[in-house]
Amino acid sequence: MVIGSGPIVIGQAAEFDYAGAQACRALREEGVSVVLVNSNPATIMTDVEMADRVYIEPLTPAFLTKIIAREKPDGLLPTLGGQTGLNLATELATRGILDDYNVKLLGTPLRAITRAEDRQRFRKLMRQIGEPVPESWIVEKDGELVELSRQSGLPWPLIVRPAYTLGGSGGGVAHTPEELIEIGQRGMRLSPRHQVMVERCLVGWKEIEYEVMRDANDTCITICNMENLDPMGVHTGDSIVVAPSQTLSDKEYQMLRSASLKIIRSLGIEGGCNVQLALDPKSFGYYVIEVNPRVSRSSALASKATGYPIARVASQIAIGLHLDEIPNRVTGKTLACFEPALDYCVVKIPRWPFDKFTSADRRITTQMKATGEVMALDRSFESALMKAVRSLEVGANSLRYKGASQWSDMEIESLLTTPTDERLFAIAEAFRRGLMIEEVAGLSGYDPWFLHKIRGIVQMEKRLRDHAADLNRDEAAGLLTEAKGLGFTDRTIAELTGRTERDIRALRTSLGITATYKIVDTCAAEFEATTPYYYSCYDREDER
Amino acid sequence: MKAYLAFADGTLLEGISFGAEGRSAGEVVFNTGMTGYQEVLTDPSYAGQIVTLTYPLIGNYGVNVDDIESRRVQVAGFVVHELSPTFSNWRASESLDAFLKRHNIVGITGIDTRELTRRLRHHGVMMGALSTNETPEELFERLRAHTSAYDDVDWVRRVTTPEAYVWGPEKRDAKYRIALLDCGVKYNILRELADRGARTTVFPATATAQEILADDPDGVFLSPGPGDPNLLGYAVDTVKQVVGSGKPVMGICLGNQLLGCAFGGTTFKLPFGHRGANHPVKDLTSGRVVITSQNHGYAIDGDSIGDPNVEVTQINLNDGTVEGLRHRELPVFSIQYHPEASPGPTDSRFFFEQFLKVIEERKR
Repeated sequence: MVIGSGPIVIGQAAEFDYAGAQACRALREEGVSVVLVNSNPATIMTDVEMADRVYIEPLTPAFLTKIIAREKPDGLLPTLGGQTGLNLATELATRGILDDYNVKLLGTPLRAITRAEDRQRFRKLMRQIGEPVPESWIVEKDGELVELSRQSGLPWPLIVRPAYTLGGSGGGVAHTPEELIEIGQRGMRLSPRHQVMVERCLVGWKEIEYEVMRDANDTCITICNMENLDPMGVHTGDSIVVAPSQTLSDKEYQMLRSASLKIIRSLGIEGGCNVQLALDPKSFGYYVIEVNPRVSRSSALASKATGYPIARVASQIAIGLHLDEIPNRVTGKTLACFEPALDYCVVKIPRWPFDKFTSADRRITTQMKATGEVMALDRSFESALMKAVRSLEVGANSLRYKGASQWSDMEIESLLTTPTDERLFAIAEAFRRGLMIEEVAGLSGYDPWFLHKIRGIVQMEKRLRDHAADLNRDEAAGLLTEAKGLGFTDRTIAELTGRTERDIRALRTSLGITATYKIVDTCAAEFEATTPYYYSCYDREDER
Repeated sequence: MKAYLAFADGTLLEGISFGAEGRSAGEVVFNTGMTGYQEVLTDPSYAGQIVTLTYPLIGNYGVNVDDIESRRVQVAGFVVHELSPTFSNWRASESLDAFLKRHNIVGITGIDTRELTRRLRHHGVMMGALSTNETPEELFERLRAHTSAYDDVDWVRRVTTPEAYVWGPEKRDAKYRIALLDCGVKYNILRELADRGARTTVFPATATAQEILADDPDGVFLSPGPGDPNLLGYAVDTVKQVVGSGKPVMGICLGNQLLGCAFGGTTFKLPFGHRGANHPVKDLTSGRVVITSQNHGYAIDGDSIGDPNVEVTQINLNDGTVEGLRHRELPVFSIQYHPEASPGPTDSRFFFEQFLKVIEERKR
């Protein structure tokens, strides 16, 4: 039996449908018959051909109990339906329903999930294995909150996170005792356990994530790591994210990879897990922020980014296969037991609904507001970023954003400092107005490497404008090649040079500047790929 | 400035020069690791090779003073898709470009390194030449007529230390005394040993067993290194005698191949080697798989080892090649990959402890 994730809500969306559908397919290929339960019929996983039996019923313990009584499944796989599936499985187990009907919980054992999700137990475990966690306090009563707010020597600002909620909703950063009480009380109301965690705020630190997997034989691998452009303080679901990390040396990369593997081992997870870490940009200091002991929004992203089917492999692990018994379907020859090597850059940008909710507060914080996300691949960071921006469908064809030129300098400063959906465009506009990398880094907390890249895109806008007149064949070739490599569309080039899109396309095609297509093969071309997918770029070889 | 990369099969790639200007030649190989270019550049096992990285954005975190694996940059040339014009990391002291200029190494950027990798995968590794100041014709002529094949050169003699030296704690503080046969040692092997209280004397690869054993070390370490093990008869002889002395011996990479040869085995050249940080290796005893850091172009033929007391302990999951050997009676074992990582995963660092434990047990 597989539990789906129910309605699509802010903080939990189609990624669980993607994961659940992958899992159903994988399980059936292994000869397992699948009973699927989901309250949301508008999903792929509830299509009749996905499972052997499909129940579209409310996701409540009562309904699930009835279905279990009727279907008598041998096992329950709860780690694919996001937080909803996990919470329900926990309920069913604690109420004794699973024992009554002799249903085996597949994949990660419940105690591992509790150890990962109960912040106090998780922190205790981290201390036992020597992994650093930020100072924090668990609060369950208003009185305790007031008492804490009066303590002297607190490491202000403090971050407040409610326990057991979707996308960390109801949290926030408190700068004063008054704010702490306000946010803390709200958080407790929203938490199903009436529990919030208050902790040292690591705003400004780099936020790095690792997607890791473990099988019952204790073999552990990393699928990929990701670096958030937005530093700590913005929910990772609301961050612009790049994979793999760009500004970490091997020492830092391996330090955090080792920590992630140590954590998944200590938790005893069987399947996939997402580990979030905060890294000091000025030292080897880091803190473990949290883990998601299941497939998540991040694992769906990592899957698409690397070609490694995390949900599929997680469900195969759940029914007892070991990583070295599962084939890598992309190469056909190698096994699922390896770490993908990327030879491209992946950029994810969240999609916020502020165009639909026009009066909503556009500020993004520790509570996820995005309702979706876009991902783009290319050989260069710039082009992956530009492709992603276009995919947002916010009317931007490049980093040129409607209304940006009318922003006052004060507005730009505030847009750089206070994260909103418009920060990326504000950074570009800041460079158009001549701000220095250091200034923008200071205001936004973005690593200078990313800012250099964004400034490079802005500089290309200017170069195209400046060379509009002499866009003759010889001189144009170099400039156009460079602009296409940075992800400029013909339309943007046309706008900047005062030509038509058709002109530019004809010009560059005549110069032989055309897109090529490369394969996502999980292994950076080391092995031949049999079932790959492609991305476009302006590199030399076309692999179609 | 324009630069060319020419291959023995007649392929010519044009890119932009970085690092030093000039000419170089070597066997062209690819590495799939996404981080660790500084460690790769300074790893002696890359001597005589023009290295390309499959990850397209290189130089992002600059170069620092700590992450060096030997005294100099060892590669013959460096090929990247996009050299980062800027670098950002708290430890960085200079750009990759400046670093290669300082070490007089020719680099080329703007290359479709995926195309290059696919070519090497199809044809196997081949000789190539890099240049910033030759015409394509001159470049091909030099490659054809004036470049010795990688496999004909004893690269170990070129990278080994000329004189013995010591690394690690003072004699009175040392818990263990190790003798290391330097065929191209990486500093991180010495660092890992020193961190565990070992004082290591590093001997030239041409040292005799008598010289190595003269000071009665607790154990002998066989380092990684570049090139074809078939050219290293002198080192194989030394290893045979060292093994015969009954001392604990551990080998890494080329050290694994030397041990295999010492036990009567033969080696063969892999089509395009194993170079990267993601190679799955299965321990045949535990069934567990570790992800390993690898850098080798030759492998031991497991079936060729005549000594019935020698067993294959680990295999590569991708191609089934030998990844570890062990002698059933003697305190001797080896692994084909890099427990010292740097770059790559540190998951198999425990082998250093295992070696020192073997020493500990024999001391008792």
